[in-house]
Amino acid sequence: MAGQDKKQDISELTKREYKYGFTTDIEADVLPKGLNEGTVRAIGAKKNEPDYMLEFRLAAYRQWLTMKHPDWAHLKIEPIDFQDITYYSAPKKQEKLQSIDEVPPEILKTFEKLGIPLMEQKRLSNVAVDAVFDSVSVATTHQKKLAKQGIIFCSISEALRTHPELVKKYLGSVVPITDNFYAALNSAVFSDGSFVYIPPDTKCPMELSTYFRINTEGAGQFERTLIICDKNSSVSYIEGCTAPSFDTRQLHAAIVELVALDNADIKYSTVQNWFAGDPETGKGGIYNFVVKRGKCLGVNSKISWTQIETGSAITWKYPSCVLVGDGSQGEFYSVALTTGHQQADTGTRMIHIGKNTRSVIISKGISADVASNAYRGLVKVASVAEGARNYTQCDSMLVGDKCSAHTFPYIEVGNENAQVEHEASTSKISEEQLLYFQQRGIGKEEAIRTILNGFCKDVFNQLPMEFAVEAQKLLALKLEHSVG
Amino acid sequence: MLEIKELRAGYGEAEILKGISLTVKPGEIHGIMGPNGHGKSTMSKILIGHPAYTVTGGGVTFNGKNLLEMPPEKRALEGMFLAYQYPVEIPGVNNAEFLRMAYNEKRKHEKLEPVDPLDFDELLNAKMKFLNMDSRFKERAVNEGFSGGEKKKNEILQMALLEPKVAILDEIDSGLDIDALKVVAEGVNKLAGPGNSLLIITHYPRILQYIKPHHVHVLIRGNIVRSGGMDLAEELETTGYDSYLKGK
Ligand SMILES: Nc1ncnc2c1ncn2[C@@H]1O[C@H](COP(=O)(O)OP(=O)(O)OP(=O)(O)O)[C@@H](O)[C@H]1O
Ligand SMILES: [Mg+2]
Repeated sequence: MAGQDKKQDISELTKREYKYGFTTDIEADVLPKGLNEGTVRAIGAKKNEPDYMLEFRLAAYRQWLTMKHPDWAHLKIEPIDFQDITYYSAPKKQEKLQSIDEVPPEILKTFEKLGIPLMEQKRLSNVAVDAVFDSVSVATTHQKKLAKQGIIFCSISEALRTHPELVKKYLGSVVPITDNFYAALNSAVFSDGSFVYIPPDTKCPMELSTYFRINTEGAGQFERTLIICDKNSSVSYIEGCTAPSFDTRQLHAAIVELVALDNADIKYSTVQNWFAGDPETGKGGIYNFVVKRGKCLGVNSKISWTQIETGSAITWKYPSCVLVGDGSQGEFYSVALTTGHQQADTGTRMIHIGKNTRSVIISKGISADVASNAYRGLVKVASVAEGARNYTQCDSMLVGDKCSAHTFPYIEVGNENAQVEHEASTSKISEEQLLYFQQRGIGKEEAIRTILNGFCKDVFNQLPMEFAVEAQKLLALKLEHSVG
Repeated sequence: MLEIKELRAGYGEAEILKGISLTVKPGEIHGIMGPNGHGKSTMSKILIGHPAYTVTGGGVTFNGKNLLEMPPEKRALEGMFLAYQYPVEIPGVNNAEFLRMAYNEKRKHEKLEPVDPLDFDELLNAKMKFLNMDSRFKERAVNEGFSGGEKKKNEILQMALLEPKVAILDEIDSGLDIDALKVVAEGVNKLAGPGNSLLIITHYPRILQYIKPHHVHVLIRGNIVRSGGMDLAEELETTGYDSYLKGK
């Protein structure tokens, strides 16, 4: 029974028939640009948030004031004027484009090749679409079905009113407001995001995705997601979409916090394909600065991150695991592709605290044109973490000779019995390899796709099936102009 | 079938082929011999459309069509095959999948349905058995870590699957042990027939004793300076290329 349901839900997801258009209120109300304590208070008031939330935001804001923009990444970032950003403009948060003609042509081309239906193209590129679709019912159907099992899946704004005990307990417990500059900023001004709670002894019957969430719209810029998986439960969450998302705002600073209790299992998959900017100049692309972290609090719990990062002008993120519970496991599987003028500095941190904790890091960086791609990873084993083990494999592929790849592995081992293994390689797609395919009658595009799939196999295998297929297509498409 | 006329081509500034002409009729087997570095592999690379080389003069027709205008994959689909002197390694790509992809591209070109992995596996097993190849070569990445001889066998395996109209074998015999040479030669002879032609580039007459050529050519400094029959190959074995190299 459950299996059948699941199948159907996934196919619904992949067909993407649901549409947006179910935001509750229509007043388009906007705070003036700039950030001060008044802005933070105003956000809380506009969103009608409980007091505990305002205190959280204010503490974060005051923290932020004392912090400096970090400069350690291998990235060239234009200075960001934080007083030139609008921190609240609900509910039509993003400026709507009037028609699909206003969407950059390279995005439309990609849509076409990926076979995204026109309506969905509009939704993704933020063109106003009439809300005549069935999305409300799709979303509520799912919510009802989930609620039957005690699963809570709603926007975080809703959760902090309806489930204050969970939010109070866990929000900021994985990524504290003091953690870093962007964590403090997001905590002060976050707009919205997803909230998931899986009760004990429950296997979530379907892949959860932002698609099914009510009030998805406008959650973009300072998104906040919190997922709690209680004892003996499991959930798989999918973020993003393989089609390119276009947004007029440049800075995206989200936080995702995951909490796994005893024997819980959380799988979090991302396919990120934000607008990368003009391929010639790099202008206009998104800054994708995200703090993602999971805490394996319970014994034998497991958190697995899979990310396919292909978009954005700059990608700067380290989905991490803090392995507190004995026997807990952390995994990080990543494909980061940079072409044109894109830059990425991404990787993970695995912090081993509990006994017999294990972590696996598989990172595949692909760099083409004049792009730069850095892997940065920390494996830290606390002195008390008896029997900790880590395996890291970090491979780079260069396409052409103007791009670059860098690896920055940091290893801090405080326990002498820990086993930490690191393997790294760098390779190239050569003209000779492509010609060899062609000589056997296989076209260049197919050749690139095949070589890349081979390179990324270990990561694609972690993705839900349909997603993997799209991710493969996406990668080949992105590299089409970069090879040969 | 294949007609090379006054072909001039090179790499960068250097002209390597200096007006080669060669006609290969259906069913014919041609041997090409010549000293190291005189342009044999270059000729084969030009024929398959290697992008690093440029044609500066002359022309090539293949089945009546202008070969030089076709992209490399089109040439392959039209029936041009090169068994590489140095086969390319492709890490991460499964050999059996690669072979099936190539096989199905050909079928697609012939407007036939693709074969599924199971049917293909049967076909592949038969061909591999004939070539005395261990089945573990199916699971490995294309040519990666293959020994010199194993790579050559893998080339012949591809030829056997794709059944090209014109197969150029660039030093297929170098690196093969005595038994392997026989097996490979048998594989090549299996393909040879009234509709298929072969161009065998070699340094040794031995392979030509197994695969009997109708014509043997000597390629010196980017030109064919002499053509003959099997006796020419045997003569070269004793005299070497000295006389050709001196007489400029
Ligand atoms: N990519 C290249 N870059 C530089 N020189 C090249 C290149 N390709 C061919 N050449 C030169 O062209 C000449 C002919 O080379 P080619 O490989 O065709 O020789 P060959 O007759 O096949 O020799 P062998 O019998 O040793 O295989 C050589 O001097 C070689 O160094
Ligand atoms: Mg050669």
